[in-house]
Amino acid sequence: MSSRTLSYVLAGGALVGLTVLAFAVGRYPISLSEMTSLLLGQPVGANVETVVLQVRGPRVLAALVVGASLAAAGTAYQGMFRNPLVSPDILGVSTGAALGAVLGIFLSLGVFFIQLLAFAGGLVAVGLVYFIGSRLRGHDPLLALVLTGVVIGTLLGSAIALLKYLADPYNQLPAITYWLLGSLAAITPRDLGVAAPLALLGLAPMLLLRWRMNLLALPDDEARALGVDTRKLRTLVVAAATLMTAAAVAVSGIIGWVGLLIPHAARLLVGPDFGRLLPLAMLLGAAFLLAVDTLCRTIATIEVPPGVLTALIGTPFFLWLFALARRSW
Amino acid sequence: MLSVESLAFGFPGRTIGRDVSFSLEAGEVMCVLGPNGGGKTTLFRTLLGLLVPHGGTIKLDSAPLETLSRPEIARRAGYVPQGHTGYFAFTVREFVLMGRTAHLGVFSIPGKRDREVSERALESLGIAHLADKPVTEISGGERQLALVARALAQEPKLLVLDEPTASLDFGNQVRVLQRISALAGAGMSILFSSHDPDHAFLCARRALLLAEGRVLEIGAPRAVIRPDTLERLYGVSVKVIDLGGGAHTCLPAVGR
Repeated sequence: MSSRTLSYVLAGGALVGLTVLAFAVGRYPISLSEMTSLLLGQPVGANVETVVLQVRGPRVLAALVVGASLAAAGTAYQGMFRNPLVSPDILGVSTGAALGAVLGIFLSLGVFFIQLLAFAGGLVAVGLVYFIGSRLRGHDPLLALVLTGVVIGTLLGSAIALLKYLADPYNQLPAITYWLLGSLAAITPRDLGVAAPLALLGLAPMLLLRWRMNLLALPDDEARALGVDTRKLRTLVVAAATLMTAAAVAVSGIIGWVGLLIPHAARLLVGPDFGRLLPLAMLLGAAFLLAVDTLCRTIATIEVPPGVLTALIGTPFFLWLFALARRSW
Repeated sequence: MLSVESLAFGFPGRTIGRDVSFSLEAGEVMCVLGPNGGGKTTLFRTLLGLLVPHGGTIKLDSAPLETLSRPEIARRAGYVPQGHTGYFAFTVREFVLMGRTAHLGVFSIPGKRDREVSERALESLGIAHLADKPVTEISGGERQLALVARALAQEPKLLVLDEPTASLDFGNQVRVLQRISALAGAGMSILFSSHDPDHAFLCARRALLLAEGRVLEIGAPRAVIRPDTLERLYGVSVKVIDLGGGAHTCLPAVGR
């Protein structure tokens, strides 16, 4: 078996193992035999059924969908920006979503409208960055995009800070902080029913364009001379990655590091070809976030925000990867 | 194959060259000579539709350049840019295969024929043994050859090479020039720039001397490469020596 195939097999195996583990552990442990019985449609206790199907099921699925989406978007962005240190947030999707959600909380809207505002905020922020960035002619188009992203991100960040300052410190501020740190605890099947199809819609063009995506990793001139309309392709990729990220962030809040760390690790394992990279990154992203979320709800009596854990795990892991990879990315 | 009529070129908002006219027949090799900053790269990028012309007309394969789509241009003209280092670690084989893009549908993946064309391009440049190495781990000269192979995988009628010999050792320089002659012999038109006037003597039918964005002279190498034109171009004094049998070489005067 080649080392590439081995990477897929190991990542897939880890994902399956972690999924079983995630269903098993928690305040109400579920045994392997209870899980098998439930899968086979044999009678199990009502508690078991509730815990597996209603409590842990949506949460496990959410971790898989959000983890895979963030990793896929990060993979696309790192290739497109020719930079392994790029995360899906670089064009402001997370900051825009955060502003939308914070505004929703500030206006005391219901959960659905908070999510809707978060999703729309992410799309609008990236749309704005893209619109302004692509009109700054006479600069390297990627540099113009990144710089516009940084500037608009700072602007949106200050709007978030203002809302936090004005928010009711007893009712609203904790909710805002909670959202900004991300959580999979409150995700319902209905949330997933909306987010998963949107994520798939974003994934479709990436899968279809998986070979052509590689050319975006070349200098712009070279890709164009090889026959690629880089503007069109880039617009499509930004739209697809933004859709995936916004859908994920709207239901989970901001969970950093997955979209930065995972594509990077996957590239070290199978190289930069997007067609090989994307499936592995999605497997690893799903497995990583599932592991993190399972830790979040089991290591302490209170829930640890996943955004905190991903950073705690991600930072040393990233530095280790960086030290390990003597060669270029 | 390529015809250029009173072309003005440059970057958006800044014209750096004008009044450039020439044409290139099928199977003809033309060498563009000129000092650093003389506009060679900008001219090439304009000819390939990567920069918008500031005036004049460009016809590629008798079609006005502005009417051609990116893939249509890429099927006619291959581009070998000056070497780069900021690539991801694609293997040389994957890198060369990217030359097939213009022959593929938007959602397609290279097929058997595309792989065969790429392999032939690799072999023709003597770098088939590097096929599985990452482009980030080969030498600058080898990467230059990989860029040439990628352009050949495009199967173009016109090949535009921007200083293809710049980072090559002496042997590889000669190999690239031999390759250029052989490709022209097979009917491909070739436009290349070089810092060495001898390269024009060695394999070009015509030389175009470009100074400050304008054509100083254009014609057979031994007619236009003279001590006075070289002094105009580079500001140094050079002897042009007739070696007999149609061979010429340039010898700069270095004071002792």
